[in-house]
Order: sequence, then C-alpha cells, then structure tokens
Amino acid sequence: MSMDDTHLIEIRNLSFRRGARMIFDDLNLSIPRGSIAAIMGPSGTGKTTLLKLIGGQLRPDRGEVWVDGQNVHKLRHSALYALRKRMGMLFQHGALLTDLSVFENVAFPLREHTRLPETMIRDMALMKLNAVGLRGARDMMPAELSGGMARRVALARAIALDPMLVMYDEPFTGQDPITLGVLVRLIRTLNDALGLSSILVSHDVAEAASIADRVYVLAGGKVVASGTADEVNRSDSPWVRQFMQGLPDGPVPFQYPAPALEDDFLGQGSTKGGCA
Amino acid sequence: MQENSMRDVWVGLFVALGLVALGFLALRVSNLASLSNDAGYGVTAQFDNIGGLKVRAPIKLAGVVVGRVESIAVDPQTFRAAVGLRIENRYPILPTDTSAAIYTSGLLGEQYIGLAPGAEEAVLKDGDRISLTQSSIVLENLIGQFLYNKAAEGEKQ
Amino acid sequence: MIRLLAALGQRAQSALARLGRLHLFLLGLLPALPGGLLRPRLVVDQLFHIGVLSMQIILVSGAFVGLVLGLQGYNILITYGSAESLGVVVALSLVRELGPVITALLFAGRAGSAITAEIGLMKSTEQLAGMEMMAVDPMKRVIAPRFIAGFMAMPLLAALFSAVGVLGGFFIGVGTLGVDAGAYWSQIESGVDFYDDIVNGVIKSLVFGAVAIWIAVFEGLDCVPTAEGVSRATTRTVVNTSLAVLGLDFIMTALMFNI
Repeated sequence: MSMDDTHLIEIRNLSFRRGARMIFDDLNLSIPRGSIAAIMGPSGTGKTTLLKLIGGQLRPDRGEVWVDGQNVHKLRHSALYALRKRMGMLFQHGALLTDLSVFENVAFPLREHTRLPETMIRDMALMKLNAVGLRGARDMMPAELSGGMARRVALARAIALDPMLVMYDEPFTGQDPITLGVLVRLIRTLNDALGLSSILVSHDVAEAASIADRVYVLAGGKVVASGTADEVNRSDSPWVRQFMQGLPDGPVPFQYPAPALEDDFLGQGSTKGGCA
Repeated sequence: MQENSMRDVWVGLFVALGLVALGFLALRVSNLASLSNDAGYGVTAQFDNIGGLKVRAPIKLAGVVVGRVESIAVDPQTFRAAVGLRIENRYPILPTDTSAAIYTSGLLGEQYIGLAPGAEEAVLKDGDRISLTQSSIVLENLIGQFLYNKAAEGEKQ
Repeated sequence: MIRLLAALGQRAQSALARLGRLHLFLLGLLPALPGGLLRPRLVVDQLFHIGVLSMQIILVSGAFVGLVLGLQGYNILITYGSAESLGVVVALSLVRELGPVITALLFAGRAGSAITAEIGLMKSTEQLAGMEMMAVDPMKRVIAPRFIAGFMAMPLLAALFSAVGVLGGFFIGVGTLGVDAGAYWSQIESGVDFYDDIVNGVIKSLVFGAVAIWIAVFEGLDCVPTAEGVSRATTRTVVNTSLAVLGLDFIMTALMFNI
C-alpha cells in the first residue's frame, strides 16, 4: 500500500469498459508532483473518462487510482468530497453555472465550502479572476462570454479553493490562435506560480506538447508512449509518429473498415437494415 | 441583492396568499367554523335499524344541529345498532328521558337523528344512554305492512 | 410479426427500467432532503420560480373554471328548481377534484417542464458534473431545494385555485344569475365538510405535488444530455405527470370517499 511520494497520481492496472467496449485495458500511469502532464490520444480513447476516473465520478472495473496517497475508489463519500475540494477540473465547455454571474461562479466554491465573510469572498474571487485576466468581466453572465473567456472563468473557479491538482479537459479545442496562446500561458504560469500539478487532456498535439513536462500517448486502452515531448516525438512506433505529426494515413488507415471495393461496387452489395 | 429582496417579497406574498386561500377554504367554505372539534359529551343509543345513517350525520333538536354521530356498531348482546352520539357542550340540557329517532331530510335526503326532549329534571351526562329510540323507517317494511293490512281488511269483509 | 413483438418487448423493458430508475432515484434523494432544508435561501429561490411564476396561470384558470362551473351548474340545477345549491356544487367540485387535479396538470406544464429543461440543460452542459468535481453534491444543491419547493408550493397553488374558483362561481351565480348570496354561502358551509373535503383535497394536492416534482427532477436528471434529449424529457415530464396524477386521483378518491 505504500506510495511513492514523488508521484501525485498513480494509476495501477486500471481496466474500464463501457458496455462491450474496452476503454482501458490494464492501464498504468504515474504523474509526478508539480508537473504538467499531457495525456494525448485520438478521439474516443477515453481521455475524458480517465479524468472522471481520477475524480471518482466513475468506478473502474479493475485496478486502482491513487491521488495524493489515497485510493480514490475506496474512499467514503465524505472523504471523496474532501479530496475533490483539493482538485480543480476544467470542463471542455467550462461548465459554468448559467444562472450565476461570472463573479458568483468563481465565488461559488468559496460560498459552498467556507464560511468566510462576504468581503473576504469578494477579494478572493476577484483575485482569482485577476489571475485569468477577467476581473473586469465580473458582472457578465456566462451566456455573454466567448468560449475562451468562459474557459478562463472556469479556470479561475477551478483554482478558487487553491487545489493541489487541476485537470483540464480539452482546453484548446475550437479556440482562435490568440485565445489559444492565452490559455497555454495561463496553464503554465498558474501551475508554476501556485505550485500545482496539472493534467492536460488534449488532442491538440502542438499546444499540449509545448507546455507539458511529460507526455503520455494513449491508444487501445494502454499508454503506448511516454516521456518528454521530444522523446515521444522521436518514438520509433509508426503509430505514435503518425499521431504526433498528424499524418492522414499510416497505421491508422484513412478508410474505416469496409468490405472490399469490388464487393461493394461490382457484386451485390448489401445495405444494412434491409430485409428480403 | 436588490433583486433578491424583491424576490423574497414575491415569495412571501405567494405563501401568504396561499395560506389565506387555505384559511378561506377552511373557515368560509367548509363547516369547520361550526364544527366544534371533539368538544362535547358522548351518549349512546340503540336502534333496531339505523337504515342509511352514517358517521358524522347531524343530530338535531327542534331542527337545530346540536351534535354529530360519532360511531356506529352492532351491540353483540342485543344484536341492535349501537350508535355513539356526541352532543356539543353548550347544550347540557337534554332530560334523561329524551328520545331519539332517525329521520330522513326530504324524500331522498341524508338521514339524521332527531331528538325529542322529555320531562325529567335530571339531564344526560357523558356516557349516559338514551333508552327511548325509534328506528329508521325502512320503505320496504312500510310497503309490506301496508299490503298486509290491506289483505287483513279484505279478509274481515 | 416477430419484429413487432420484439419492439414491444423492448419498449416494455425500457419503460420498466425507467420506472426502476425513478424509484432508485427517490431512494438517493430522500437522504439529501434534510440538507436542502438547511439552505432556506435556495428553497426560497425555487419557491419563486415554482410558486410565484405559476401563480398567474393558476389564478386565471381557477377564475375561469369557477365561472364555467357556475354557469353549467346553474343551468342544470335550475331545471330541478334548486339553484340555491349552486354554491355547494361549485365548491365541492373544486375542493375535491378540480382544484388539486387541474392545478397539478397546470403545474406539470408550467413548473415541471421548466424544471426538467433546466436540470437537463445543467446536465448536458456538464454543470452537474462540474458541481460534483467542486465537491458540491448536486442532489443537495440542485435537486433537493427544487423538490422541497415544489412540495410546498403545490397545496398553496391548489388552495388558490379552489378559492378563486369559488369566488368565480359566486360572481357568476350571485352577480349575474341572481342566486341569493346568503344561500350560496350557507349551502357551501353546510355541504362542504372540513375533514372529508378540505383536508382530503389538501392531502391530494400534497401527493400530486410530490409526484409532479419528483417526475420533473427525475426526467431532468435522466435525460439524454443533448438538445433533443432535453426536449424529449420535457415532453415526458408533462405526459407522465398527467397520467400519474389522473391515475392517483382515481385511486385516492376511491380510498377517501368509498370507505
């Protein structure tokens, strides 16, 4: 049961299936404290699922997830909630509470978990908003924000309780280059300034690789490559190289598995669902 | 904050109006006001037949409601209907030889118990029994009796 | 033919699964309710959305139902020469049946569907998952206050409906059709029993309120988290609540008045 103290997160022999589909198959992964870890992989490899497993929102079929020396899925409800107070999570679309203003969204965890006086909550929330550069947007409603701003507000909210770990779920998808640059810099500076550990789930290879201390590439339910960005880039697996460099064809074929061409176009092709 | 307190006012108004409506239904629309709850003394009476008398049916004296039927059961010794009557406390005036009868209001209306006061000095108290009773008139019996009398008359002639 | 049977079986199975989830959900909800009561601020906010915003439709519908009952009742009663019983006809229909039932149906359409849509949207935009990750239990923070507020609002709304209806009947009967005002009220007072009618009506509305809000929050949580899923869930809330309320009304009426 001992845990290597240099690692904040240890995942051991994790298996998870959704219906008949195996998402993780005996996955092992450990993430050192104080670093930014990028978890990459093609769509549908269960990157978001991994974050939910770490956060205890999903239960694995087999294996263990250790966070800061605690086995997440063996914790009682209250202990799990106590652990979650020390984790921040940035959802893909921010997941801001739509009926609350920007300020109230950032103040939300403070109000829920502390009994601080109003002035202190105000100062703390404004400080966090300032850290993401949106102190001036405090009175806006989430519906009025652009996607990038919403993510920054969500980031301010995620760090409101000064967590030890922030998990980012696809923070870069669909952002313009400027926003992208802002987010990349924010993730790096917050990680270093607040002494956090960060897990970054992404398939935007270049951005993720540019700030990650360590990169893990997932495929087929396993880690197929890990190391620094350079090490992974120079991997001798053709699959990893195809993914990292974004080549259209390679070990992952361009064509979705289909019957042979001749059968479909020349023979009597069958159309699924039809009946004789 | 401003918006919040306006909201509170609205919620307060809503709850107040709802409670007023409930109070209106209870006091103005129902018989709660005239229904002095449980206050009253209980007396019993036995009837050969109670017809369609029901629990909570009114008990009237000279047409004025003075109480309600509290319970209806069969006395296992006499095989008669034992009816519990609850008379309001403000009528401690019924002589011990008061008689009770079951009447029907109108031809098809509900049945009630009518009291006719006697002449004794002593009055009925909690737990007493009204011994003079007259059963409900059962229409079938009445018709049967009528036919029987007719037949008897015919034989005489 | 076999395909039809299979489809039927599948539908029955998914309906049963939904029924099972509905009750499992209640088991999960019950322990969260005391926590909801400790947050009066949240309950008051929900009372505003559920109660205050439903008041308009309840008051207007109640008034019109009362007016119609007054007109119809008068036309029937006058043929038997007992127009003075109008009050008791209007009041009994409202207090026993129409008040609780129509209020519950309107409640499902106005508040229930809004709650389902709101919770469904919170689910599809990951707000609920976000709360969980902020160590805030959505059952306590989102579901419980809505459930409590719905449970509280429903009897009040039903009472408003009935009261306004009785006044509507009074307005049309006494004001327009010439029924004696004294007779209207005295007939009501002697014909409507506090326990048999008023209390039973309130019990009905409490049960309907609990069922309506239970279905509304459940459908919101249970929806497929897409725009289409949310809109289907909203429809299901209205349909299922209406069916449940009407069915329960029959059962409760049978239990209350046939003993």
